[in-house]
Amino acid sequence: MRELMSGNEAVARGAYEAGVKLAAAYPGTPSTEILETLSARYRSIYSQWSPNEKVAFEVGIGASIGGARALVTMKHVGVNVAADPLMTFAYTGVNGGFVLVSADDPEMHSSQNEQDNRYYAKFAQIPMLEPSDSQESKDMVVTAFEMSEIFDTPVMLRMTTRISHSKGIVAINNPVAGPDRKFVKDPSKYVMIPSNARNRHVVVAERLEKLRHFTEETPYNRIEDNGSRIGVITGGVSYQYAKEVAPDFDYLKIGLSFPLPLKKIEQFVKSHDKVIVVEELEPYYEEQIRAAGIMVEGKKYMGQLGELSPKRVAEGFLRAGLIDEVHAASITPQEDMFPRPPVLCPGCPHRGAFTALKKLKVTVTGDIGCYTLGVMKPLNALDTCICMGASIGNAIGMERVKGSDKGTVAVIGDSTFFHSGITGILDAVYNQSNVTTIILDNRATAMTGGQQHPGTGSTLMGERPGRVEIDEVVKALGVKNIRKLDAYQLEEALDVIKEEMEKPGPSVIITTRPCVLMPKRIMEEPYVVDLDACTGCGACFQISCPAIAASERTNKHGHPLAVIDDTICTGCTLCAQVCPEECIILKSQFVEA
Amino acid sequence: MDNTQNILIVGVGGQGVLLASEIISAAAMNGGLDVKKSEVHGMSQRGGVVSSHVRIGPKVYSPVIEYGQADILMAFEQAEGLRAVDWMKATGVAVISTTKLVPAIVTSSKAFNYPDDPIADMKKKAKHVIAVPADKIAGELGNPRLVNTILLGVCSNYMPFSTELWQQMIREKVKERFVDINLKAFDRGREVKLTAVGA
Repeated sequence: MRELMSGNEAVARGAYEAGVKLAAAYPGTPSTEILETLSARYRSIYSQWSPNEKVAFEVGIGASIGGARALVTMKHVGVNVAADPLMTFAYTGVNGGFVLVSADDPEMHSSQNEQDNRYYAKFAQIPMLEPSDSQESKDMVVTAFEMSEIFDTPVMLRMTTRISHSKGIVAINNPVAGPDRKFVKDPSKYVMIPSNARNRHVVVAERLEKLRHFTEETPYNRIEDNGSRIGVITGGVSYQYAKEVAPDFDYLKIGLSFPLPLKKIEQFVKSHDKVIVVEELEPYYEEQIRAAGIMVEGKKYMGQLGELSPKRVAEGFLRAGLIDEVHAASITPQEDMFPRPPVLCPGCPHRGAFTALKKLKVTVTGDIGCYTLGVMKPLNALDTCICMGASIGNAIGMERVKGSDKGTVAVIGDSTFFHSGITGILDAVYNQSNVTTIILDNRATAMTGGQQHPGTGSTLMGERPGRVEIDEVVKALGVKNIRKLDAYQLEEALDVIKEEMEKPGPSVIITTRPCVLMPKRIMEEPYVVDLDACTGCGACFQISCPAIAASERTNKHGHPLAVIDDTICTGCTLCAQVCPEECIILKSQFVEA
Repeated sequence: MDNTQNILIVGVGGQGVLLASEIISAAAMNGGLDVKKSEVHGMSQRGGVVSSHVRIGPKVYSPVIEYGQADILMAFEQAEGLRAVDWMKATGVAVISTTKLVPAIVTSSKAFNYPDDPIADMKKKAKHVIAVPADKIAGELGNPRLVNTILLGVCSNYMPFSTELWQQMIREKVKERFVDINLKAFDRGREVKLTAVGA
């Protein structure tokens, strides 16, 4: 049977076919759909969202040591969070097979950096597979589990956005039963006290030697001989771009990319006049190949920043003198186009919080989530965004050095708070910081599509364990000043934030409005603009609501009057609160003159 | 590759770009062709630009269309069509909805302007531009969310699949209670043709 699948759907299918028992993850673009697909289509696998990637990874380790095949998925920066267990699990090895999926985001379509996680495999000395399309994504998951058990090691599958989110045709197979292993007590393998860890490090080195032989043999590292004098060494999505541009060159396609098949590469280089390495982001292959004394070129011609594309690869081939011309676009681009950045949804409760923070002119340390969009003009209300949970620590440090006369406020979402904000609050309590933290609790991991988390009261598998209440957690951490806030009420928001900033010691404000999209779309009665009363002052434009547009009519200065799209207005009332003319009114109360 | 057909679909988050590309891809697979489609999810969907690349042919390598190589540009919003015009081949066809969505960044500041007539600007650059009043047609059909299926109907005239295959794909991909209205929307689109294009 054949099916059109994204890379992520194919990974889920592969896990199903490999007889995986447990899958754990924290949502993160571009990895999220893997577990969503498992929970929707392959219910025989127990799948769970963990509060963060480290815990997900540790749950996976537990399942593996317990004897079952386990899949753990995360975005590239999530592996930073899970790096601690990763580095030592590489020493202990597995019982049931263990596969880590790292979904990298070259070009930062939805991320704060574009780190190249291939280095993690080399760092941890664990084997890594890099699929080039959906079919390979599925096949390599199955292979990865087999390798994990044969070589007694966690295996990394490295995806990128274009592999995770591109769809292609996949031939699907029937699932196999995973191996029937039991937990066997073995402290010398699983308890990493120094004396045991020293022995296990030897095992890691021996394992790597075996893998160096295996990587020369595996069909995933294959040569495509087209009789060309020019050879290309490439893997991942870069392979597709290169094939698109130059299908007739010879290829050494890398599928198992740690450890690299250096002997095969050496042979390939010897038998070609010119060999070029095509890889996205860092010179990961190139460095290792050159370190082995094999002369190749790559980054000299191909860029190191952002995504590659057929065009960029063609330009690289041209610079390297391998092709004569690059296909030029025949239509000139339109200049002076306005940008269309992502914005907060109509009715989003974050809009009220940011409108208040902007008015108060405080320094705002931000975090990772929809509310990072608070940085966009015209809201322009965020001053930092580093990583998950960073807002609170950032605010504490900033407050400490610049004093409390000018307020510093941290904003963090509910899912991010559970992920890694709790320790930040604990730091504020312990170190007696005056920082004020606003937890924008919309009861969803909204940016990635509304996944469940401990505060939503439900799980990925549909169980209802009850909600973990944020105010109770914060109270237990030792915070004395805890307030709840309806972020739709602008005056109240201004007052509450001001009051809490003035109090000594850490304060936490928890907003109470749910995400307008989750769990079901919230639509109250929409508002409309009374154009006869609108003066075109533009105050409502400043809250950056997609439901508010410029009308065709203008005031005497030529500024447009406002109009509300009543098919998407949720009736949140925020625009009516900022309108100085009181001309934004409920649709039912509007009487046309 | 020369025997690959490249379809670029652009719009604004929430307009149904992904459903349209899903239906085209399914038609290609069921029509016996290789297909790859690519788009980016996540942050870009929140009212930002959404684009989907669909490539169909005997053997497709790259999941993304090469710059300047789109055979069909399907735009759900005027300015987004203009923004993507240079992705087209000179011989390509642009099918563009007259829908206008002006973002807050334009209404709230003087630094940015929405073009006066994006479709006229497109026609200056590209030879084959079909402007479709898809909003109006959707209104006549009683559902503003049909713009994507109407444009799909127009574009279907330039792809090698039978009416029956398109209808079957719509039945498979659209929620059951919206199938009939989407089939009607598709038909309305399929009636629109660019006489200037010989094929």
